[in-house]
Amino acid sequence: MTADVILTHLMMVLISVILTIIVGVPLGVCAYLFPAARRVILRVVEILQTIPALALLGIIMVFLGAGKQTVIIGLLLYSLLPVVQNTYVGLSEIDPAIKEVATGMGMTRLYRLIHVELQIAFPLIFTGIRIATVTAVGVAVFATFVGGGGLGKLIYNGIRISNMQMILSSTAVLMVMAMLFDIVMAIIEKILQKRFSGR
Amino acid sequence: MIRFFELYGKRLLTAVGVHFLYVVVSVTIAFVVAILLGVLLSRVPRWARVILPLLSIFQTIPGIVFVGILFLYNGMVPSTVIIALTIYAIFPILKNTYVGILEVPDEYIEAAKGCGMSPIQTLLQVELPLAMPVIISGLRMSTVYTVSWAVLAAMIGLGGLGELIYAGVSSNNNTLILGGAISAALMAVGFSLLIDLLHKLVLPRSLRRDAL
Repeated sequence: MTADVILTHLMMVLISVILTIIVGVPLGVCAYLFPAARRVILRVVEILQTIPALALLGIIMVFLGAGKQTVIIGLLLYSLLPVVQNTYVGLSEIDPAIKEVATGMGMTRLYRLIHVELQIAFPLIFTGIRIATVTAVGVAVFATFVGGGGLGKLIYNGIRISNMQMILSSTAVLMVMAMLFDIVMAIIEKILQKRFSGR
Repeated sequence: MIRFFELYGKRLLTAVGVHFLYVVVSVTIAFVVAILLGVLLSRVPRWARVILPLLSIFQTIPGIVFVGILFLYNGMVPSTVIIALTIYAIFPILKNTYVGILEVPDEYIEAAKGCGMSPIQTLLQVELPLAMPVIISGLRMSTVYTVSWAVLAAMIGLGGLGELIYAGVSSNNNTLILGGAISAALMAVGFSLLIDLLHKLVLPRSLRRDAL
């Protein structure tokens, strides 16, 4: 077990999660602002998540070739659902009275969105990011089939050479990684929730 | 497109058939086992509070590991795939059965008791029907996962749509990759649409319209 493999795995997950946030939050905002686009956006991200991970990676590989870029784009598409959905739900669940107050204070639509609505929706958006991250840690195992490396490679090699210890130790690292992300982000989530509801 | 079917038509058809069988068999077994276990757990919520979190940790083990380990013990036989897929498919249904039954409002159970229903009758005629929409959501999740994990059967040489993807990846044959991947994607989407339909059908008639 080399630190290198773990680092590769982590890097793929982190980069794809950051990209997921960059793409997913605006998509969620679009779904909230434009009812016409809502159904299309929510439906498409739902279908993306329905597609088997390996199939999705295979399709992307045809266009982008084998390597980390394929894995990162695949993980990005695969993790969109929780982020987009939670952004949309978080924004649409805001008390209308608060929006009215913001408008009454003379805020423009954009100002209100950035300074009021997104702030209130943030804890829920963060929950979406947490789900996306934990899922991405697991799905990144498939990276090995499209030449991305990471922990999946160790597991796959372990299976091929019937090395139980290799399989189990890489799985343990993987599970610890997923659980650490889950626990740490759950703590941050609690703090966020307290901060936003305590005011 | 036509050339693809001429070349790989038969292979694709077999792969789709095998994949479909893996999914249907393991999800069916999982569905029966999960409902039984879910009902049992709902009778002893104290155990459920220990067992469910344990199972959800177990669920984070990637399918590839599980298929791999079972393969080392059980060998290259279809039952390896079926067992692995079934175990994976149980959890979402089990959890939703448990949650669905617990969420049935107490007054309905009370009313059933008041009508003189035995505990079994209450379960079969009141609790399970009311929990069914939640159970079916679990079934949907399980099925979609299973379609996805069944791709791994090819990793241990047991066919399914993964075989086309693997063969394509290792021989750099894009048509083969796309053929396998798109069929797998279509199968997953098809199953989820079908179960969405089922979801509508199992909603108890009295709850279908909001105006009761």
